Amino acid sequence: MKRPTAFLDVQLDATELALRQNARRFAETVIAPNAHEWEEAEYFPDSLFRTAAKAGLLGVGFPEHLGGQGGTVMHQMMVTEGFIHGGTTGVMAGLGSLGIALPPILAGGSDDHVSRFIRPTLAGETIAALAITEPGAGSDVAGVRTRAVKDGTDYRISGSKLFITSGCRADFVTVLCRTSDDPHGGLTFFVVEKGMAGFSVSKHLQKTGWRASDTAELAFDEVRVPERNRVGAPGSAFLTLMKTFQAERLALAAMGHASAEFLLEAAAAYARERKAFGKVLTGHQVIRHRLAEMATQVAAAKAMNYAVGRRVALGDYLVAEVSMAKNFASDVATRIAYDAVQILGGMGYMRESAVERIARDVRLLPIGGGTTEIMNEIIGKTLGI
Amino acid sequence: MKILVTTKRVTDPGTKIKLKADGSGIAADGVEFKPNPFCENAIEAAISLRDQHGGEVIVVSIGPDEADQTIRSAVAMGCNRAIRIDGNDGGLDGDLVARALAKLAESEQPDVFILGKQAVDGDSNQVGQLMAEYLGWPQATFASAITVTNGGKSAQVAREVDGGIETVEVDFPAVITADLRLNEPRFASLPNIMKAKRTAIEVKTLADLGVETTLKVRTTRFEAPPGRQAGKKVADVADLVQKLRNEAKVL
Ligand SMILES: Cc1cc2nc3c(=O)[nH]c(=O)nc-3n(C[C@H](O)[C@H](O)[C@H](O)COP(=O)(O)OP(=O)(O)OC[C@H]3O[C@@H](n4cnc5c(N)ncnc54)[C@H](O)[C@@H]3O)c2cc1C
Repeated sequence: MKRPTAFLDVQLDATELALRQNARRFAETVIAPNAHEWEEAEYFPDSLFRTAAKAGLLGVGFPEHLGGQGGTVMHQMMVTEGFIHGGTTGVMAGLGSLGIALPPILAGGSDDHVSRFIRPTLAGETIAALAITEPGAGSDVAGVRTRAVKDGTDYRISGSKLFITSGCRADFVTVLCRTSDDPHGGLTFFVVEKGMAGFSVSKHLQKTGWRASDTAELAFDEVRVPERNRVGAPGSAFLTLMKTFQAERLALAAMGHASAEFLLEAAAAYARERKAFGKVLTGHQVIRHRLAEMATQVAAAKAMNYAVGRRVALGDYLVAEVSMAKNFASDVATRIAYDAVQILGGMGYMRESAVERIARDVRLLPIGGGTTEIMNEIIGKTLGI
Repeated sequence: MKILVTTKRVTDPGTKIKLKADGSGIAADGVEFKPNPFCENAIEAAISLRDQHGGEVIVVSIGPDEADQTIRSAVAMGCNRAIRIDGNDGGLDGDLVARALAKLAESEQPDVFILGKQAVDGDSNQVGQLMAEYLGWPQATFASAITVTNGGKSAQVAREVDGGIETVEVDFPAVITADLRLNEPRFASLPNIMKAKRTAIEVKTLADLGVETTLKVRTTRFEAPPGRQAGKKVADVADLVQKLRNEAKVL
């Protein structure tokens, strides 16, 4: 099968293509040989953060003068497209937790935070997580109840956070806290560090997919946090979050088209070899048509993501479009996961096949980073429907 | 130390290639290209030798305009200068490539010329050896380790040969070809990729180098190898011996 998305490559410049090739080589040589073992272990070694940083693949999208690799959301998409060839999105999600944990800190603009948190994390020396979701507040971010109370020059933080990616091993967590009762204006980010008294991991959660990435429930029991760990001015978090959500959603959208393309290629390759009723599966029109429809969906999702990504890379603030891209790519990935498993038959249901794994992984996409329903709320509001 | 190193754009060995209907070559549409993995080992070796002993690394490739991208990825890994000798796969063979590179070596006068032991498209495994012969330089092929000796005047090279490792010492200037276990090629970072985009690539023609373009190898036709036949199960050793003797007729 020719690549149905080859025509989109002309939109990419040489640096983007080169980065994608690098990320793919990294994924194929460093991740893929271990993918099954790490997925089964529900963990991958911490040293992978350093290895990825050394390969220049961890800090893509972060400014060079802060220890990042430079580049735009388009370059980040290239890393995602390369990394999918590791055959696990769990590893990608785990390595990617800094992609959501650091931007709020960066927005806070403190040099002290850059040297203590941003630089070492981009170098793969420390691991970062972002904690917004709570047992009682997911989609409704303004429902956050974890409290930070001023106590002399410190704050005392109490509450709990749920579903936190890389939370079990994080050296520090960017935590969304309530500093006043104002629903939106009373939210503030704090950096809570491993080892601070009262801060603990209450659970390593078990999941349907993204298994190699650790997901935690975190407990904060009167954790004393110095004022210098506060990010930005009190009450500044909600606005920051609205902006940083855009990059997270675009990253999940990219994970959607990359996963879908990976699944399509795997299903097509299988269908060309596997025989049933005296001919290969692609000899049956039903299968051919299904693959043709899958190819069309993949191309459309990728084209949408490139179109939105290119504008965002140039600095446009596209709230509705990013949400549309995320929803579309998530839907395509979900549908193609079903189709790919169907084409593989029993083999698509077996734990050692990458199709089975990615098919489970993509179920997260319509949920994480804001659900499909919430995206639709945003699209409706922004477009004035 | 001045080091010349090669890179070649090859069809991604992971993709299934298709032949043109008339058998005249490989169908190029939809094919993805990659740098030859053995060349990446050669580049890694060249760069780390340069980093240890000083000097410069010049990367060279023979190919069409499109090969510039492959050359730039070598520059992004850390090569100092880049040269492309303009040529098309159709008009090249290993011998012509070796002669062109030898000419370049004569004008650049490197201490070492490092190449991949072979390119994973044609798998001919000829260029390094032929070039060394044309230049009259010592050669150490299939290198799995390179140590510079004699204060930069020679190198000790461990070669992977059947049955073990052979160590040879070559005086500079010398030709070395790289095997996979020589090293783990580094990944170019995005800032270096960006810089490489702005690096000028010097383009030379075969005529500039004064190379005669007649080929020694003529390709008549490409054919896919026959599909593998299904295996047979044997009941026991006696059955196996009987089948090897009477059916396969190898005993
Ligand atoms: C693997 C994984 C990793 C995660 N990583 C992180 C992380 O690192 N950090 C972090 O902070 N969070 C993380 N999350 C949490 C994630 O962001 C939330 O799960 C998500 O925002 C949804 O929240 P919820 O699960 O509480 O669902 P709920 O908000 O309870 O929603 C349940 C259902 O109700 C629907 N719904 C809710 N409100 C409306 C409405 N107004 N109209 C219509 N329908 C509505 C939702 O769309 C959904 O279908 C992670 C989650 C998972 C599964």
